[in-house]
Amino acid sequence: MALTIASREVDGVSVLDLSGRITLGEGSVQLRDAIRDLIGKGQKSILLNMGDINYIDSSGLGELVSAYTTARNQGAGLKLLKLTQKVHDLLQLTKLYTVFDIFDDEASAIASFR
Amino acid sequence: MESVNEVEAAANKMACAAGLSEDDCFHVTMAVREAAVNAVLHGNEYDPARQIAVNLENTGSDLVFVIADQGKGLDPTTLPDPLAPENLLRGTGRGIFLIRSFMDEVNFRQLHPGTELTLIKHLKPADETSSPTPGMAS
Repeated sequence: MALTIASREVDGVSVLDLSGRITLGEGSVQLRDAIRDLIGKGQKSILLNMGDINYIDSSGLGELVSAYTTARNQGAGLKLLKLTQKVHDLLQLTKLYTVFDIFDDEASAIASFR
Repeated sequence: MESVNEVEAAANKMACAAGLSEDDCFHVTMAVREAAVNAVLHGNEYDPARQIAVNLENTGSDLVFVIADQGKGLDPTTLPDPLAPENLLRGTGRGIFLIRSFMDEVNFRQLHPGTELTLIKHLKPADETSSPTPGMAS
């Protein structure tokens, strides 16, 4: 299943609802383009809803990291929401859990940007 | 990338048919996919004129996956540690780490040209989980 991305805004925060797989190729490129588009429009608060991401490979992890550093370098914040157990475990294993701000509920995630 | 997807599907089928747990099946599949991606992307540098060779085998005691590319070769001892603080924010470099995390044995062989990666997952014997604890009365 390819990656699908739906975009919405909540209290000034751009929420990207991701579904499918973030892997080398189409998925990782889509994610990169979507985030760069938001940053290019001046968006400073980006929340990636990962609740429907059932698979992410090392390229996908790299894309998340690149998105985080790109956002940070542009003065924006990028945070993660609702990791599935498998994605959670991968971020723990690769120590990327220490890099990102990660939330289980959307309200708390949105509030954290204030 | 179609070949990578095919390799992933074949590995998943074999791992699950071998009776691995859901988690182990997922991890083995992921490791094999990472190896295939490395072969295509880093080994063959996405050159359509180069091919990868893949062999999947269930020996009864092990699942053995062999993936070979036709690239310049890889010295695994030169790979940076993706867990090192200075490397955490790198966009690449986690593939082989994940392979090593999920497989019981990982062996590199230089083919000149190319690199061959052998991934091995040991299969638990059928009677291992039902063995009585030593010292306990039956």
